[in-house]
Amino acid sequence: MKAGVLFSGGKDSVYAAYLAKKNGIDIACLITLHSENKESYMFHTPSILKVKKQAESMEIPLIIQETKGEKEKELIDLHKAIKHAIQKYKIEAIITGAIESAYQASRVQKICDKENIDCFNPLWQKNQMQLLHDLIEQHFEIIVTGVFCYPLDQSWLGKKINQDFIRNVTKLHDQYKINVSGEGGEFESFVLNCPLFKKPLQVIDKTITGQKNSWSMEIDVS
Amino acid sequence: MMLLIQIHSLQFHYYEFVKPIEDILRANHISFISKHYKHLSEIDITNAKKIIIGGTSLKDNTFLNDLSYFQWIPSYKGNILGICGGMHLLGLIYNESLEKKQEIGLHKIILETILFGEKDEIEVYELHNYCLKPSTFSILAHSKKCPQIIKHPKKPHYGVLFHPEVRNKQLIASFLKGIEE
Repeated sequence: MKAGVLFSGGKDSVYAAYLAKKNGIDIACLITLHSENKESYMFHTPSILKVKKQAESMEIPLIIQETKGEKEKELIDLHKAIKHAIQKYKIEAIITGAIESAYQASRVQKICDKENIDCFNPLWQKNQMQLLHDLIEQHFEIIVTGVFCYPLDQSWLGKKINQDFIRNVTKLHDQYKINVSGEGGEFESFVLNCPLFKKPLQVIDKTITGQKNSWSMEIDVS
Repeated sequence: MMLLIQIHSLQFHYYEFVKPIEDILRANHISFISKHYKHLSEIDITNAKKIIIGGTSLKDNTFLNDLSYFQWIPSYKGNILGICGGMHLLGLIYNESLEKKQEIGLHKIILETILFGEKDEIEVYELHNYCLKPSTFSILAHSKKCPQIIKHPKKPHYGVLFHPEVRNKQLIASFLKGIEE
Protein backbone atom coordinates (compact mmCIF):
# COMPACT_ATOMS: atom_id res chain seq x y z
CA MET A 1 0.00 0.00 0.00
CA LYS A 2 1.26 3.49 -0.92
CA ALA A 3 0.91 6.13 1.78
CA GLY A 4 1.81 9.75 2.46
CA VAL A 5 3.10 10.78 5.87
CA LEU A 6 2.02 14.08 7.42
CA PHE A 7 5.51 15.16 8.27
CA SER A 8 6.77 17.91 10.55
CA GLY A 9 10.31 16.61 10.99
CA GLY A 10 9.69 16.16 14.72
CA LYS A 11 9.98 12.89 16.61
CA ASP A 12 6.32 11.79 16.35
CA SER A 13 5.87 12.06 12.58
CA VAL A 14 9.31 10.57 11.88
CA TYR A 15 8.62 7.67 14.24
CA ALA A 16 5.21 7.11 12.60
CA ALA A 17 7.02 6.94 9.22
CA TYR A 18 9.54 4.49 10.69
CA LEU A 19 6.75 2.21 11.98
CA ALA A 20 5.00 2.39 8.61
CA LYS A 21 8.09 1.26 6.75
CA LYS A 22 8.72 -1.47 9.33
CA ASN A 23 5.17 -2.72 8.71
CA GLY A 24 5.58 -2.94 4.96
CA ILE A 25 3.91 0.35 3.97
CA ASP A 26 5.40 2.04 0.88
CA ILE A 27 5.99 5.68 1.87
CA ALA A 28 5.35 7.38 -1.46
CA CYS A 29 5.72 10.94 -0.16
CA LEU A 30 6.04 13.17 2.87
CA ILE A 31 3.57 16.05 3.27
CA THR A 32 4.58 19.16 5.20
CA LEU A 33 2.38 22.13 5.98
CA HIS A 34 4.44 25.28 6.40
CA SER A 35 2.40 27.55 8.61
CA GLU A 36 2.93 31.30 8.89
CA ASN A 37 1.20 31.13 12.26
CA LYS A 38 3.43 29.87 15.05
CA GLU A 39 0.34 29.29 17.19
CA SER A 40 -1.16 26.87 14.63
CA TYR A 41 -3.65 24.37 16.10
CA MET A 42 -2.64 21.72 13.60
CA PHE A 43 0.96 22.09 12.57
CA HIS A 44 4.37 22.09 14.21
CA THR A 45 6.27 25.20 13.01
CA PRO A 46 9.94 25.49 14.14
CA SER A 47 12.62 24.36 11.67
CA ILE A 48 9.98 23.13 9.27
CA LEU A 49 11.89 23.97 6.09
CA LYS A 50 14.68 21.67 7.28
CA VAL A 51 12.40 18.76 6.51
CA LYS A 52 13.73 19.08 2.95
CA LYS A 53 17.07 17.80 4.21
CA GLN A 54 15.35 14.98 6.10
CA ALA A 55 13.38 14.00 3.00
CA GLU A 56 16.61 13.98 0.95
CA SER A 57 18.26 11.74 3.51
CA MET A 58 15.24 9.41 3.43
CA GLU A 59 15.14 9.58 -0.38
CA ILE A 60 11.39 10.21 -0.28
CA PRO A 61 9.64 12.98 -2.27
CA LEU A 62 8.37 15.91 -0.22
CA ILE A 63 5.27 18.04 -0.76
CA ILE A 64 5.39 21.41 1.00
CA GLN A 65 2.08 23.25 1.26
CA GLU A 66 2.09 26.85 2.48
CA THR A 67 -0.70 27.85 4.89
CA LYS A 68 -1.54 30.98 6.83
CA GLY A 69 -2.29 28.71 9.76
CA GLU A 70 -5.68 30.19 10.61
CA LYS A 71 -7.91 27.83 12.60
CA GLU A 72 -10.08 25.64 10.34
CA LYS A 73 -8.86 27.48 7.17
CA GLU A 74 -5.54 25.61 7.47
CA LEU A 75 -7.56 22.42 6.99
CA ILE A 76 -8.38 23.55 3.45
CA ASP A 77 -4.64 23.77 2.76
CA LEU A 78 -4.10 20.34 4.33
CA HIS A 79 -6.86 18.92 2.16
CA LYS A 80 -5.26 20.52 -0.92
CA ALA A 81 -1.90 18.92 -0.06
CA ILE A 82 -3.47 15.49 0.44
CA LYS A 83 -5.32 15.76 -2.89
CA HIS A 84 -2.04 16.67 -4.56
CA ALA A 85 -0.38 13.59 -3.00
CA ILE A 86 -3.22 11.36 -4.22
CA GLN A 87 -2.95 12.70 -7.76
CA LYS A 88 0.83 12.76 -8.01
CA TYR A 89 1.87 9.74 -5.94
CA LYS A 90 -1.30 7.61 -6.03
CA ILE A 91 -1.36 7.29 -2.25
CA GLU A 92 -4.10 5.14 -0.71
CA ALA A 93 -3.56 6.24 2.89
CA ILE A 94 -2.31 9.01 5.15
CA ILE A 95 -0.12 8.34 8.19
CA THR A 96 0.04 10.76 11.12
CA GLY A 97 2.03 10.97 14.36
CA ALA A 98 -1.06 11.92 16.41
CA ILE A 99 -0.92 10.58 19.97
CA GLU A 100 -3.66 12.23 22.02
CA SER A 101 -5.08 15.13 20.05
CA ALA A 102 -8.64 14.29 19.05
CA TYR A 103 -8.75 17.72 17.38
CA GLN A 104 -5.93 16.89 14.97
CA ALA A 105 -6.79 13.23 14.47
CA SER A 106 -10.48 13.77 13.73
CA ARG A 107 -9.79 16.49 11.17
CA VAL A 108 -7.34 14.32 9.26
CA GLN A 109 -9.78 11.39 9.48
CA LYS A 110 -12.54 13.52 7.91
CA ILE A 111 -10.32 14.61 5.01
CA CYS A 112 -9.21 11.01 4.37
CA ASP A 113 -12.83 9.86 4.44
CA LYS A 114 -13.81 12.54 1.90
CA GLU A 115 -10.99 11.39 -0.37
CA ASN A 116 -11.87 7.73 0.22
CA ILE A 117 -8.39 6.83 1.48
CA ASP A 118 -7.34 5.08 4.68
CA CYS A 119 -5.81 6.80 7.70
CA PHE A 120 -3.21 5.32 10.06
CA ASN A 121 -2.30 6.74 13.48
CA PRO A 122 0.30 4.26 14.77
CA LEU A 123 1.14 6.29 17.91
CA TRP A 124 -2.51 6.77 18.92
CA GLN A 125 -2.91 6.58 22.72
CA LYS A 126 0.69 5.41 23.12
CA ASN A 127 2.20 5.83 26.58
CA GLN A 128 4.39 8.87 26.11
CA MET A 129 7.19 7.76 28.40
CA GLN A 130 7.30 4.49 26.48
CA LEU A 131 7.49 6.49 23.25
CA LEU A 132 10.63 8.30 24.45
CA HIS A 133 12.24 5.00 25.48
CA ASP A 134 11.34 3.42 22.12
CA LEU A 135 12.89 6.33 20.23
CA ILE A 136 16.16 5.96 22.14
CA GLU A 137 16.13 2.18 21.71
CA GLN A 138 15.59 2.55 17.95
CA HIS A 139 18.59 4.94 17.72
CA PHE A 140 16.69 8.11 16.93
CA GLU A 141 18.87 11.21 17.36
CA ILE A 142 16.53 14.04 18.29
CA ILE A 143 17.09 17.58 19.53
CA VAL A 144 14.75 20.11 21.12
CA THR A 145 14.07 23.04 18.76
CA GLY A 146 11.42 24.91 20.71
CA VAL A 147 10.10 25.28 24.25
CA PHE A 148 6.80 26.91 25.04
CA CYS A 149 5.91 26.62 28.72
CA TYR A 150 7.13 27.26 32.25
CA PRO A 151 9.63 26.20 33.56
CA LEU A 152 11.26 25.27 30.24
CA ASP A 153 13.70 27.94 29.10
CA GLN A 154 16.44 28.68 26.57
CA SER A 155 18.79 26.16 28.18
CA TRP A 156 16.64 23.30 26.83
CA LEU A 157 17.17 24.27 23.18
CA GLY A 158 19.48 21.84 21.37
CA LYS A 159 19.25 19.21 24.13
CA LYS A 160 19.24 15.64 22.87
CA ILE A 161 16.45 13.27 23.80
CA ASN A 162 18.36 10.67 25.79
CA GLN A 163 18.18 9.08 29.24
CA ASP A 164 19.27 12.35 30.91
CA PHE A 165 16.49 14.18 29.08
CA ILE A 166 13.95 11.60 30.25
CA ARG A 167 15.13 11.97 33.85
CA ASN A 168 14.88 15.77 33.71
CA VAL A 169 11.54 15.93 31.94
CA THR A 170 10.12 13.33 34.34
CA LYS A 171 10.99 15.60 37.27
CA LEU A 172 9.15 18.45 35.52
CA HIS A 173 6.21 16.16 34.87
CA ASP A 174 6.02 15.25 38.56
CA GLN A 175 6.31 18.88 39.66
CA TYR A 176 4.53 20.84 36.91
CA LYS A 177 2.52 18.15 35.04
CA ILE A 178 4.48 18.80 31.84
CA ASN A 179 3.74 16.18 29.24
CA VAL A 180 6.95 14.16 28.92
CA SER A 181 6.84 13.92 25.15
CA GLY A 182 5.64 17.47 24.51
CA GLU A 183 2.29 16.33 23.10
CA GLY A 184 0.61 19.32 24.72
CA GLY A 185 2.90 21.69 22.78
CA GLU A 186 5.33 22.09 25.71
CA PHE A 187 8.32 21.53 23.43
CA GLU A 188 9.07 20.69 19.82
CA SER A 189 11.76 18.49 18.40
CA PHE A 190 13.74 17.79 15.23
CA VAL A 191 15.13 14.43 14.15
CA LEU A 192 18.78 14.51 13.03
CA ASN A 193 19.13 10.79 12.45
CA CYS A 194 17.10 7.57 12.57
CA PRO A 195 17.03 4.20 10.81
CA LEU A 196 15.15 5.75 7.86
CA PHE A 197 17.98 8.19 7.07
CA LYS A 198 20.70 7.25 4.59
CA LYS A 199 23.02 9.72 6.31
CA PRO A 200 22.76 11.66 9.59
CA LEU A 201 22.13 15.41 9.54
CA GLN A 202 24.37 17.85 11.34
CA VAL A 203 23.49 21.26 12.72
CA ILE A 204 25.71 23.81 10.95
CA ASP A 205 24.04 27.01 12.12
CA LYS A 206 21.38 28.11 14.56
CA THR A 207 19.42 31.24 15.40
CA ILE A 208 17.73 31.48 18.76
CA THR A 209 14.82 33.80 19.43
CA GLY A 210 12.35 34.13 22.27
CA GLN A 211 11.79 35.30 25.79
CA LYS A 212 10.92 33.97 29.24
CA ASN A 213 9.46 30.48 28.67
CA SER A 214 8.92 30.62 24.92
CA TRP A 215 12.02 29.98 22.82
CA SER A 216 12.65 28.72 19.28
CA MET A 217 15.85 27.56 17.63
CA GLU A 218 15.91 27.82 13.85
CA ILE A 219 18.62 25.51 12.58
CA ASP A 220 20.44 24.98 9.35
CA VAL A 221 21.46 21.39 8.70
CA SER A 222 23.62 19.57 6.20
CA MET B 1 -8.40 -15.48 30.67
CA MET B 2 -9.83 -12.61 28.69
CA LEU B 3 -10.02 -12.71 24.88
CA LEU B 4 -9.48 -9.63 22.71
CA ILE B 5 -10.59 -10.20 19.12
CA GLN B 6 -8.97 -8.13 16.37
CA ILE B 7 -10.97 -7.29 13.23
CA HIS B 8 -8.62 -5.12 11.12
CA SER B 9 -7.67 -6.32 7.65
CA LEU B 10 -4.38 -4.40 7.46
CA GLN B 11 -1.83 -5.24 10.14
CA PHE B 12 -0.70 -1.60 10.45
CA HIS B 13 -4.08 -0.75 12.03
CA TYR B 14 -3.06 -2.87 15.05
CA TYR B 15 -1.29 0.12 16.65
CA GLU B 16 -4.38 2.33 16.59
CA PHE B 17 -7.24 -0.05 17.29
CA VAL B 18 -5.79 -3.00 19.23
CA LYS B 19 -2.70 -1.88 21.12
CA PRO B 20 -4.51 0.85 23.12
CA ILE B 21 -6.96 -1.80 24.40
CA GLU B 22 -4.11 -4.22 25.16
CA ASP B 23 -2.41 -1.42 27.13
CA ILE B 24 -5.57 -0.95 29.24
CA LEU B 25 -5.75 -4.71 29.92
CA ARG B 26 -2.09 -4.73 31.01
CA ALA B 27 -2.63 -1.66 33.21
CA ASN B 28 -5.48 -3.54 34.92
CA HIS B 29 -3.33 -6.68 35.37
CA ILE B 30 -5.66 -8.77 33.21
CA SER B 31 -4.30 -11.93 31.58
CA PHE B 32 -5.46 -11.96 28.01
CA ILE B 33 -4.91 -13.32 24.57
CA SER B 34 -5.26 -11.04 21.59
CA LYS B 35 -6.06 -12.70 18.27
CA HIS B 36 -7.43 -11.88 14.85
CA TYR B 37 -10.85 -13.43 14.21
CA LYS B 38 -9.47 -15.53 11.38
CA HIS B 39 -7.05 -17.24 13.78
CA LEU B 40 -9.47 -18.04 16.61
CA SER B 41 -9.89 -21.63 17.77
CA GLU B 42 -12.87 -23.12 19.57
CA ILE B 43 -10.70 -23.47 22.69
CA ASP B 44 -9.89 -19.73 22.63
CA ILE B 45 -13.61 -18.98 22.88
CA THR B 46 -14.41 -21.73 25.39
CA ASN B 47 -11.60 -20.58 27.71
CA ALA B 48 -12.49 -16.89 27.51
CA LYS B 49 -14.07 -15.46 30.68
CA LYS B 50 -14.99 -12.26 28.84
CA ILE B 51 -14.55 -11.13 25.26
CA ILE B 52 -13.85 -7.74 23.72
CA ILE B 53 -14.23 -7.34 19.95
CA GLY B 54 -12.29 -4.25 18.87
CA GLY B 55 -12.79 -1.86 15.98
CA THR B 56 -10.87 -0.76 12.92
CA SER B 57 -10.55 2.20 10.55
CA LEU B 58 -13.36 4.01 8.71
CA LYS B 59 -12.37 2.49 5.40
CA ASP B 60 -11.70 -1.02 6.67
CA ASN B 61 -14.98 -2.94 6.39
CA THR B 62 -13.68 -6.35 5.28
CA PHE B 63 -14.93 -7.92 8.52
CA LEU B 64 -18.54 -7.24 7.49
CA ASN B 65 -18.13 -9.84 4.74
CA ASP B 66 -16.84 -12.41 7.23
CA LEU B 67 -19.84 -12.87 9.53
CA SER B 68 -19.43 -16.64 9.22
CA TYR B 69 -16.41 -16.38 11.56
CA PHE B 70 -18.67 -15.02 14.31
CA GLN B 71 -21.50 -17.56 14.38
CA TRP B 72 -20.32 -18.67 17.86
CA ILE B 73 -21.55 -15.40 19.40
CA PRO B 74 -25.22 -16.36 20.16
CA SER B 75 -24.15 -19.49 22.04
CA TYR B 76 -21.41 -17.74 24.07
CA LYS B 77 -22.76 -17.30 27.61
CA GLY B 78 -20.10 -14.92 28.96
CA ASN B 79 -19.83 -11.14 28.66
CA ILE B 80 -19.05 -9.62 25.28
CA LEU B 81 -18.17 -5.99 24.61
CA GLY B 82 -18.17 -5.08 20.92
CA ILE B 83 -16.46 -1.76 20.22
CA CYS B 84 -17.45 0.20 17.07
CA GLY B 85 -16.87 -2.38 14.29
CA GLY B 86 -17.24 -4.99 17.05
CA MET B 87 -20.66 -3.52 17.87
CA HIS B 88 -21.63 -3.63 14.20
CA LEU B 89 -20.70 -7.32 14.10
CA LEU B 90 -22.58 -8.10 17.28
CA GLY B 91 -25.76 -6.51 15.95
CA LEU B 92 -25.52 -8.12 12.52
CA ILE B 93 -25.08 -11.58 14.07
CA TYR B 94 -28.39 -11.00 15.88
CA ASN B 95 -30.03 -9.85 12.62
CA GLU B 96 -30.03 -6.13 13.42
CA SER B 97 -29.28 -3.70 10.57
CA LEU B 98 -26.78 -0.88 9.91
CA GLU B 99 -27.44 2.58 8.53
CA LYS B 100 -24.92 5.10 7.21
CA LYS B 101 -24.43 7.82 9.83
CA GLN B 102 -21.04 9.36 10.39
CA GLU B 103 -19.66 10.72 13.66
CA ILE B 104 -15.97 11.64 13.95
CA GLY B 105 -14.26 13.31 16.90
CA LEU B 106 -15.36 14.23 20.40
CA HIS B 107 -19.13 14.15 21.00
CA LYS B 108 -21.44 14.23 24.00
CA ILE B 109 -23.62 11.18 24.59
CA ILE B 110 -26.50 10.65 27.02
CA LEU B 111 -26.57 7.58 29.27
CA GLU B 112 -30.03 6.20 30.07
CA THR B 113 -28.75 4.51 33.21
CA ILE B 114 -25.62 4.18 35.33
CA LEU B 115 -23.43 1.95 33.25
CA PHE B 116 -19.88 0.71 33.65
CA GLY B 117 -19.43 3.36 36.34
CA GLU B 118 -20.61 6.18 34.04
CA LYS B 119 -23.80 8.25 34.30
CA ASP B 120 -25.68 11.19 32.73
CA GLU B 121 -23.75 12.86 29.92
CA ILE B 122 -20.21 11.95 28.93
CA GLU B 123 -17.77 13.00 26.22
CA VAL B 124 -16.57 10.24 23.95
CA TYR B 125 -14.36 9.82 20.87
CA GLU B 126 -16.24 8.65 17.80
CA LEU B 127 -14.91 7.22 14.53
CA HIS B 128 -17.60 5.52 12.50
CA ASN B 129 -19.49 5.73 9.20
CA TYR B 130 -22.34 3.42 10.25
CA CYS B 131 -24.54 2.97 13.27
CA LEU B 132 -26.76 0.11 14.31
CA LYS B 133 -30.58 0.33 14.16
CA PRO B 134 -31.51 -1.97 17.03
CA SER B 135 -34.91 -3.65 17.07
CA THR B 136 -34.38 -6.18 19.86
CA PHE B 137 -31.32 -4.77 21.68
CA SER B 138 -31.91 -2.23 24.47
CA ILE B 139 -30.42 1.23 23.94
CA LEU B 140 -28.51 2.25 27.07
CA ALA B 141 -26.90 5.41 25.68
CA HIS B 142 -27.35 7.56 22.61
CA SER B 143 -25.92 10.59 20.81
CA LYS B 144 -27.94 12.99 18.63
CA LYS B 145 -27.47 10.65 15.67
CA CYS B 146 -26.97 7.09 16.90
CA PRO B 147 -27.46 4.51 19.64
CA GLN B 148 -24.12 4.51 21.46
CA ILE B 149 -24.39 1.63 23.93
CA ILE B 150 -26.70 -1.34 23.40
CA LYS B 151 -27.38 -4.58 25.27
CA HIS B 152 -28.85 -7.87 24.16
CA PRO B 153 -32.29 -8.43 25.85
CA LYS B 154 -31.23 -11.68 27.53
CA LYS B 155 -27.46 -12.07 27.34
CA PRO B 156 -24.60 -9.95 28.73
CA HIS B 157 -23.62 -8.95 25.21
CA TYR B 158 -22.94 -5.21 24.89
CA GLY B 159 -22.10 -2.99 21.95
CA VAL B 160 -20.39 0.40 22.25
CA LEU B 161 -20.27 2.58 19.15
CA PHE B 162 -17.64 5.07 20.36
CA HIS B 163 -14.02 4.20 21.19
CA PRO B 164 -13.75 3.94 25.00
CA GLU B 165 -10.02 3.22 24.72
CA VAL B 166 -9.52 6.91 23.85
CA ARG B 167 -11.36 9.05 26.42
CA ASN B 168 -13.30 6.49 28.53
CA LYS B 169 -10.72 3.91 29.55
CA GLN B 170 -12.56 3.39 32.85
CA LEU B 171 -15.49 1.92 30.88
CA ILE B 172 -13.27 -0.91 29.72
CA ALA B 173 -11.83 -1.30 33.23
CA SER B 174 -15.39 -1.59 34.61
CA PHE B 175 -16.28 -4.21 31.98
CA LEU B 176 -13.24 -6.20 33.11
CA LYS B 177 -14.20 -6.24 36.79
CA GLY B 178 -14.38 -9.70 38.29
CA ILE B 179 -11.78 -11.30 36.07
CA GLU B 180 -8.60 -9.93 37.64
CA GLU B 181 -6.13 -12.77 37.99
